[in-house]
Amino acid sequence: MNSKSPMGQGFARYRSAGIASIERRLFLRQGLSLGALALLSGCRSSDELQVETLLRAISGWNDRVQGWLFDPGKLAPEYPESAITRPFPFNAFYGEEAVPRIDTAHYRLELAGLIRERKPWSLTELYALPQVSQVTRHVCVEGWSAIGKWSGTPFRIFLERIGADTTAKYVGFECEDNYYTSIDMASALHPQTLLAFRYADQILPAKYGFPMKLRVPTKLGFKNPKHIRAIYVTNKYPGGYWEDQGYNWFSGS
Amino acid sequence: MQTLEIHPLVVRLSHWINALAMILMLASGWRIYNASPLFPFNFPSAITIGGWLAGALQWHFAAMWLLAANGLVYLAYGILSGHFRRKLLPITPSALIADLLAAARGRLAHDDLATYNAAQRAAYAALILTAIVQVLSGLAVWKPVQLQGLAALMGGYEGARLLHFLAMALCVSLVAVHIVMVILVPETFLTMITGRLKRHE
Repeated sequence: MNSKSPMGQGFARYRSAGIASIERRLFLRQGLSLGALALLSGCRSSDELQVETLLRAISGWNDRVQGWLFDPGKLAPEYPESAITRPFPFNAFYGEEAVPRIDTAHYRLELAGLIRERKPWSLTELYALPQVSQVTRHVCVEGWSAIGKWSGTPFRIFLERIGADTTAKYVGFECEDNYYTSIDMASALHPQTLLAFRYADQILPAKYGFPMKLRVPTKLGFKNPKHIRAIYVTNKYPGGYWEDQGYNWFSGS
Repeated sequence: MQTLEIHPLVVRLSHWINALAMILMLASGWRIYNASPLFPFNFPSAITIGGWLAGALQWHFAAMWLLAANGLVYLAYGILSGHFRRKLLPITPSALIADLLAAARGRLAHDDLATYNAAQRAAYAALILTAIVQVLSGLAVWKPVQLQGLAALMGGYEGARLLHFLAMALCVSLVAVHIVMVILVPETFLTMITGRLKRHE
């Protein structure tokens, strides 16, 4: 984690560490899926495997249907501030006590993949970007929903600023809590998709994803990564922490 | 003795495909419900499928295609062939009340399996309408942004979610009554397979 790095470490070192972690993860995941397959064939019937394969294939088909249903100009409903859910629920794949603590001064957002200007960004630089706010509904894959207020930079503006190849298919995210996910480019460019730095007009608290969260009101909650450490643009399907376990990848609202 | 076809092949096929699709949708839907219950109860895991939330969602979003495609074929056939008009209409309040009163006294006539009494007509029509509400509310829960007009009709995402649950409960109740009736008049089970009724003149 960046917060553990010693003072004075250069940008280059940060970046190579981040990219190395992306590559390591891709390698591990391929290795894991092969290992998992071997394990599965050892202790489960081939019928079960076939059903699982079929269901995954239909989930892939549902990704395509949702991509087709997605209207890039359709805005998620916005609500008055009086509708905000208080307290806004904490949610992660770990307990609130395990939320990563990130050192503001040393934090750098790393960029990789199909991006022209891959210099890391400090929080001071990120906070200087144009900011907008939204009050939208967060819908969890579990079924519950909550309304919150997020502020930050429209992600499209950020992608254009860094010279991202917006004709690429995917934008992937690496997080300080080892979470990772990815979204389709059309959703990344949606006008309400924010690189959010604030919650309820306060600097994003640790439990809501300090230093930044991608707020995507057109997708389910788990497609809104918190504690983002690195962003990359790619044409190679990047998957995600929950997606690799069977949750639908597109998960649009 | 004459043999009469009372259930056309399309109706029989779509009935059994629908039965399978409904079982899959209910069993996976209950598991999804358990991930974040609306009411202070859970469905027993033993009557759910998918093993965990992701698996249940995979089943739900796979079986929905079977349910919807089969339902559309059934509705198109029912409307275009005149099947609904012949079998389900008219439903008059007075006939319905008379039948419900007769049923309460245990004297509801069902001598002629080729013709539905008013209570049956109302129940089957209600089940078809509930299934439509179930599909529409499901779409609103799935796509509360892309289909926000539809979701707004149901009071938004949370309204659609509640409606999806209530329509499920009504569907299950109607199907439960249906199954009890089939047990009481077992011949109806066979006619939904063979389609034919032997009538003694």
